[in-house]
Formats: sequence, C-alpha cells, structure tokens
Amino acid sequence: MSAALLDLRNVTIRFGGLVAVSDLDFHINAGELVGLIGPNGAGKTTIFNLITGVYSPSAGGICFDGVSVEGRRAYQITARGIARTFQNIRLFSSLSVLDNVRAAFNLHLEGGFLGALFRGKRFVAEEAEVEKKALELLEIFGLDSVCDLPCRSLSYGDQRRLEIVRALATRPRLLLLDEPAAGMNATEKVELMKLIRFTQERFGLAVLLVEHDMKVVMGICQRIAVVEYGCKIAEGTPEEIQRNPKVIAAYLGEEVPDHA
Amino acid sequence: MIGPKGLFVSAVIAVGAVSYLFTGHPEMSWTLAQIDDYLLNILILMGINVVLAVSLNLVNGHAGQFSLGHAGFMAVGAYGSAALTMFLGQAGLTVLQPIGGLAAPLLFCIVLIFGGVLAAMVGLLVGIPSLRLRGDYLAIVTLGFGEIIRVVIQNADGLGGARGLTGIPAHTTLGWTFAVAASSIYVVGSLVNSTYGRGFIAVRDDEIAAEAMGINTTKYKVIAFTVGAFFAGLAGALYAHFIGYITPEGFNFLKSVDVVVMVILGGMGSTAGVTVAAVALTVLNELLRQAEQYRMVVFALLLIILMILRPQGLIGNLGSWLPRKRGRS
Repeated sequence: MSAALLDLRNVTIRFGGLVAVSDLDFHINAGELVGLIGPNGAGKTTIFNLITGVYSPSAGGICFDGVSVEGRRAYQITARGIARTFQNIRLFSSLSVLDNVRAAFNLHLEGGFLGALFRGKRFVAEEAEVEKKALELLEIFGLDSVCDLPCRSLSYGDQRRLEIVRALATRPRLLLLDEPAAGMNATEKVELMKLIRFTQERFGLAVLLVEHDMKVVMGICQRIAVVEYGCKIAEGTPEEIQRNPKVIAAYLGEEVPDHA
Repeated sequence: MIGPKGLFVSAVIAVGAVSYLFTGHPEMSWTLAQIDDYLLNILILMGINVVLAVSLNLVNGHAGQFSLGHAGFMAVGAYGSAALTMFLGQAGLTVLQPIGGLAAPLLFCIVLIFGGVLAAMVGLLVGIPSLRLRGDYLAIVTLGFGEIIRVVIQNADGLGGARGLTGIPAHTTLGWTFAVAASSIYVVGSLVNSTYGRGFIAVRDDEIAAEAMGINTTKYKVIAFTVGAFFAGLAGALYAHFIGYITPEGFNFLKSVDVVVMVILGGMGSTAGVTVAAVALTVLNELLRQAEQYRMVVFALLLIILMILRPQGLIGNLGSWLPRKRGRS
C-alpha cells in the first residue's frame, strides 16, 4: 500500500455548500503516467490545487512519498518534489527564457542572500553551475538557441515547453500538467504527446495529466481516472475507460427512452 | 565587461576622488576647494535622493510590491540617528578617544548604520503583516504605516514633537553621501543580478507561478521590504546630519510620493534609470525653486508625458544595469 508516490484518501473539499470534491481515493505510483479526466466543472483543477497546496482538504488526507502534505504551502510542496505547469501559461514575462529556468533553481540554491551580496568564489561557481544546468535542460527541449530571448516572444507551443523545462528545474519526482493541450491544434497535440512521454521516460517522473482532450489522454496514459461532480466514477486502463458505461454517460449523456 | 565587484571598486575610487577634490584643501591651489556651498548642497541632496530611489526601486520595481511608505522609514532613520548623535554623541567620542582622529568618522559610521538598522527593523515589523496584501491594498497599508510613524514621532516629546529636532551636528559630507549611494546601488544591483535575485522578479511577474516553482514569496517580499527600509533609514540619517533640523512634517506622504515619482520616471526595476531620474529630479527641483508650489504641476505633467511617450521609464529595460557575463564556451 505504501508504495504509492502520491496518495489521496477520502479527500473532500467544500466551498460553502458546494462539495467540489467528494470522498476521493486516488493514487499515483512512482514513474507512472496517469490521466485525470472529466467534464467541465467536474473538479479536476480543484484536485490539482489540493495536491499543490493551493487549497487544503476539508476532510481526508494527501500523502506524498508517505508524508502528509497537509498545511504545507505551495513552495514547500514543490520542494518535496511536486512540480506543475499551468492551464493558462504563467511564465515570468519580463525574464528571458534562460532566466525563467534559472529562477526555478532557487529552491536548491545554497548561496542565497549573502552569497548574492558578497559574490565569493562559491557564489560564482554556483551561478555558473546553475546556468550550465539550465542550458542543459533547455537543450534537451530544443530551446537553447532562444535562451536569451524574452519568453513572451516564444510561440505558444514553445512557451508550453518552457513551462515544462521550468518545472523540471525544481527537480520533481511528480509532474502535474494542467490541460497542456488547451488551445493546440492537431499537429501540436501529437508533438505534445511525444513530449510528455519523452519527459516522463527521460527524467523517470510520475506524471499526472489533467486534460480535456480524449485523444491525448487515451494516447499516452497508462491509467485514467474519471471524475464527475467531484466524485470518481471510473478508473482503469484507457481501453476499460472507453468501454465504461458511466463514462460514456457522463460525456455523451444517457439514452432517454422515447416518450410514447 | 565590468562586474559588480569592479563597479564597487570604481565607485569607491570615484567617491574618494570626488570627496578629496570637493572638500577643500586650501593649501593646494588647483583643487576645487572654492566650489560653492550651494552646489555642494545640491550634490549631497542628489546622493540622498539616489539612495532613496534605488532602495524603493527594489521594493516597487524589482519585487513589484507597491509601497507608499518610504518617507516613514526615512523618518525612523533620521530621528534614530539624530537622537543617537545628540544624546550619546559626546559619550561616544569620549569612549573612542584613544583612536584619535578616526573617532569622529567611526562614530558617524555607527550612527548611520544605527539609523539604517532601526529603519530595517521597523520595515520588518511593518512588512510581515502588510505584505500579505497586494496591489492597491498594499499601497494603502504602507501609506497608513508611513503616516503612523510620522504621527508617533510628532507626539514624542522627547524627539521635539511637532517642532522637530534642531541643532543636529552637520556630519554629512559629500564623501559619506556618495559612499552610501554607491553601496545602495551595489547592494541592489548584486541582489537582483543573481539566481537568487531572479526570485524578486519572479514574485513580481507572477506570484502564483513563483510559489509553484518553490520560491518562498513571503520571504522574498519581506527581504525586499527590509533592505529597502534599511537604505531609506541610511538616507534619513544622512539627511538629518546634513540639514541639521528635522520635523515630522518633512517626512509626510508627499515625500514618499517624490521618491515614487523618481522610481516611475526612471523605470520600475531599472537601477540605472532610477539613479538618473533621482539626479535629474533633484536638479529640476532646484531649477523650479522660483515656481514654488507650481513645481508639483510641472512634475505631474512630466510624469504624464513620460507615461505616454516612454511607459517603460527613462532607460527602461536596457538597465538590468550590470551587463551579465555569459560564461559559455
């Protein structure tokens, strides 16, 4: 049981009278690529925000690597090894491509305030190290040639890629992707699927993919959980999910008997 | 390319040269000993304004936390240091007697740092609760705190109340002022131009994303605020020992606005731009002295024109200030 990297147990969150997530049990194993799908307003983003510490659950518990994340702030959860990207791209708009990635290295920086102030040998070495690692990451994703450009000047797809690079700079073990295919055309989606697979294998990550797009989710996920009205209605392999009547009903509606 | 260290060294040399030339060595006919007092005063005011603007720029520009309370921290530094000089100055000189000629400069150094540290402590106290707020709300709260500091001083009879403190010894020289200005530029420049300092800008650009990237946004904001307050305190201490006479009224809301104008004019987040703006506005202020209260009209017009023509400020994004070394091979 304790093998799961991320473990949500009986998680419930209420906003006033609205139960946004109800009694959710869900887990992700190390190195696994899991999809989370559901119709609009099903509670996918809320689950995301629960995991990343934006909200804390009204009931139930969330454990990462066997330790509860309850009461931790978002940056502390990132420090423990959960990184995320955003549905609507949130890069540091006034920084260059490279500096966006550099900013995410802060977590593991030893020098800090005094280092930056006095600029000793260790500081210089650390800065060089950060820059080297950031450039390496950018190179893996083919962004090293544009590293000095302002990040706003990148294409939409490249900005998404940069968000993933930036998230990887925090050295996560679990990467959460919030609707990465939003606003992409068919070709870009195929590229994205390759990219997610590649990232997962290259860095040995567990990935949780929240996505509307069925093709993307069905194409790459090893396991899929479906939520509707805050409850998990199904979980299984892509094939099982496609055949599940509850899922079909949730997405397409149920057959209404003819009125005689 | 010149790194921060080289910059600091050149600043120190420049300060040395300038203060040597300007502070008068009558025995040498070629010096600028005859520089008139008026010019000297303006140069000192310029330096103080540079310290204020550069430090506020760390808070408002780089870290993006719009503060309107800078004059309050300046007041803390001014009053704290002036009180130290006036009440304990003699005792301090007696204690430091053995080191002879260095006693007075050392004492003033201690006084300056005391003013800065006191202001930083108040900044920390004010910053921790108020930095939970954002945007307009933060501006209003810092404005409120600035006024609270002023009103508290106004009602402190030990500090002269509304009449102010008079007879503060004039220890501030051009050398001291330039030294403090150079260190404020160095400190802010170094902090911002590092991986660590990218955190300030990350917080400004997108707080939620910064937090998600493992940046403790609260800590960053409080640090920016405290460092800003420290230098405002230093500026206040310099000012008190320059003008010799301080009143609570001198550190009111309008003083904060003056500094904010410098920061906006120079370009939020551009140390070079803000320095230029502080110098330019000090000069402009003197040129418009005849116009009295209409000065504010000119300032306002200037701001409006600049916002239309150059919304990024005088120098804008050119000035990440220190050219970054790219050590790639």
